[in-house]
Amino acid sequence: MVQTKEGQIRIPSGCAIAAIMDKRGRTFTGDDIIKSIALMHDRSNGLGGGFAAYGIYPEYRECFAFHVFYDSEAAKAATEEFLNAHYDIQMCGVIPTTPTKGIGKSPKIWRYFATPNRIKLDAFAYAEEEYTAQCVIKINDHIDGAYVFSSGKNMGAFKAVGYPEDVGEYYMLPSYKAYLWTAHGRFPTNTPGWWGGAHPFTLLDWSIVHNGEISSYDANRRYVEMFGYKCSLQTDTEVITYLFDLLVRKHGLSLETAATVLAAPDWDVIDKLCDVDKQRLTALRATYSGALVNGPFSVILGFNGGLVALNDRLKLRALMAAEDKDKYYFASEESAIRVVCPNPDRVWSVGGGEPVVLKIKGVSV
Amino acid sequence: MNFKNPEFEIVRNKDKCISCGACARQCSYEAHIIDPDTGELKAEDMNCVACHRCVVICPTRAITIKKHEMTYRENANWTAAYINQINRQADTGGVLLSGMGNPQPYPIYWDRMLLNASQVTNPSIDPLREPMETRTFIGAKPEKIELDAKGRLITRMPPNVELQMPIMFSAMSFGSISLNAQKSLAAAAKACGTLFNTGEGGLHSDLFQYADNAVVQVASGRFGVHKDYLDKSRIIEIKIGQGAKPGIGGHLPGVKIDEEVSRTRMIPLGADAISPAPHHDIYSIEDLRQLIYSLKEATEYQKPVAVKIAAVHNSAAIASGIARAGADIIVLDGFRGGTGAAPTRIRDNVGIPIELALAAVDERLRSESLRNRVSLVAAGSFRNSADIFKAIAIGADAVYIASSALIALGCHMCQQCHTGKCNWGIATQRADLVKRLNPEIMAERAANLLKAWNHEIKEMLGGMGINAIDSLRGNRLMLRGVGLNEKELSILGIKHAGE
Repeated sequence: MVQTKEGQIRIPSGCAIAAIMDKRGRTFTGDDIIKSIALMHDRSNGLGGGFAAYGIYPEYRECFAFHVFYDSEAAKAATEEFLNAHYDIQMCGVIPTTPTKGIGKSPKIWRYFATPNRIKLDAFAYAEEEYTAQCVIKINDHIDGAYVFSSGKNMGAFKAVGYPEDVGEYYMLPSYKAYLWTAHGRFPTNTPGWWGGAHPFTLLDWSIVHNGEISSYDANRRYVEMFGYKCSLQTDTEVITYLFDLLVRKHGLSLETAATVLAAPDWDVIDKLCDVDKQRLTALRATYSGALVNGPFSVILGFNGGLVALNDRLKLRALMAAEDKDKYYFASEESAIRVVCPNPDRVWSVGGGEPVVLKIKGVSV
Repeated sequence: MNFKNPEFEIVRNKDKCISCGACARQCSYEAHIIDPDTGELKAEDMNCVACHRCVVICPTRAITIKKHEMTYRENANWTAAYINQINRQADTGGVLLSGMGNPQPYPIYWDRMLLNASQVTNPSIDPLREPMETRTFIGAKPEKIELDAKGRLITRMPPNVELQMPIMFSAMSFGSISLNAQKSLAAAAKACGTLFNTGEGGLHSDLFQYADNAVVQVASGRFGVHKDYLDKSRIIEIKIGQGAKPGIGGHLPGVKIDEEVSRTRMIPLGADAISPAPHHDIYSIEDLRQLIYSLKEATEYQKPVAVKIAAVHNSAAIASGIARAGADIIVLDGFRGGTGAAPTRIRDNVGIPIELALAAVDERLRSESLRNRVSLVAAGSFRNSADIFKAIAIGADAVYIASSALIALGCHMCQQCHTGKCNWGIATQRADLVKRLNPEIMAERAANLLKAWNHEIKEMLGGMGINAIDSLRGNRLMLRGVGLNEKELSILGIKHAGE
């Protein structure tokens, strides 16, 4: 039987997620995040694991860092021709990996550090972020066998089909240093076996790891598609990323407000608020009703300089948080925090519809 | 000699009948008569319309109405209905008139769509334990919201109406229905936090108290339209067309224009009330824009303006034009929608099913990035809460119901609204019939129906792991077709069951 991959069929999946962030933006290796997500081995089933790391490419901080999977030489040639036409590539090469038990046949995995071609960019009416977002969508939609799975500045996603701890070893993440790590272990209820389908999902410097299955998917998909997005992977993670991108990058809302749109307060709560808050939240809910995310989800949204941890408004998925000296920890299970930080100063359960927004002072890219 | 055959037979059980004569006194169609010579109760089957007033009123339940056994030779082509209709026309030379919606056996797509429910991978939600939200806002929405540093709104929200449930009462004018029927619906709308619609019959002064729950219509006859009328509303609705009779106007005969109707419609006593087929100031989309903005100007941009059209072949393109013309709400009325009176041929042959029109319009508005700015209301025969639920999943913000609301008020679907003899006091202006309808009792029944349906909607939402109606709207993945062909599935934008 020919296997269908993400984009051809909608595949719901359960998962484990984790994140570690340094409050002051100091970088640390990937050892702890691998250890944390490895503890939740049973929450994945070997069909996808991945990480996002922020602050790993300081020497190329001005460049968009493209991580690309290629199924064929032809796909690589076509993609490089496209990139060369639209960007000045400062540096490129194979992403280093090490043979790992549990990681099967891989695609070719390349990365490119590139800045937009000035002439092309000037001819384009929007900022370089929008330019890059559209270029990535173009490659992913139009070049068969090529998939850009990471495209932000000074950050990168690393993912594969396998258990997350094996994925971490495969990409040699202990050799990278980041100030924010997020991780994902996947339990899809189908067997796609496509590397691009593993998480995190990214767009520019947004990365999302998500656990849950949202029941509002098609309402959300049809909403964001009105704004020019195309949900080609048909995954919850993809649509949640686009919602954040729309609300924050395009509509200029704060992360906190965007989170309030996705996991909106109940009308019963809104009705009791003071006029200013009531007006704001009523306008947001009425206007962005298509962006309300329903059903169980816990997500960690990473970006240059911070993260947002968000639970659905009924708290139908677990998401624990902890704070210890210089670091914040998040994980689907408390044990996955304590395995790397046995006695945190504070441990709490992220509240339903109560976003935790953390930004590191002075860190942007 | 009359060539017609009776459709129904009145069967009176002599053992049960106590000859009280209530049936004869109650039947406005004179299907029950008291023999002037013998004083005995007789039945005139020819006059019976199966409205069941006698059945319900009979203290001993002695009356049964049966389909008449008198039959023509069987013929799949020349059915009894067509033969009888030809005879009626041969008698009178007139256009056939009908009441209520299209009764012909066209496909009903609601019955070919099934809903999803959560199993294992995400939990269903119990509406008795968790908040389950059906609050709906209709009106134009901004593209985006801007806030200042303190979280205060910078964006000025266009006028929106908050509904506590996505169900409103559709347009039924004073004239087509009785004032008591209108009062019942207005009071029920108020009790349930939703709206009723005046139709194009003006707003009777008894209903001014329900201004906060009123949609007032501006139709081609402009009956009863004045500044006060526009002000005493939440929404102003321009009626271009009606699902039951797309492309044609209306005609309320002079006999129905009594003093009250005359005053409310602002027309002379006893004069025929004729609504022209088109608005004679709207011959194009740019004319519609002028009327929309005239009404907005007249009400100082405080009220959403809706435009109602019948579902026809080109609805998607028309709806897109209406959105661009500045309407805040688009109302689509399908061909099964009811009517007080429509030419039978029009009712039975013109227009398209609301399911297909709604799907096409919603998709078109989305592909043109307009859907998030306008509200979309579907109408045209919602028989139960599941029909409504499916309409919202296809893409409606809310629905209008009318026939089902009238059934709650006593209507037995005899389809004789156009005769003005409604035994239930609904589609009539005859004082002796109107007083049969007690607005307080009927308001409670209509409100009960809304509450029951809203409760059922919450149950279905919870079952699929959704706790706000927002997340159902346009969520077509929650629907699957059964027994539909590829083309129907593609227009509805849904997959087949099993996919």
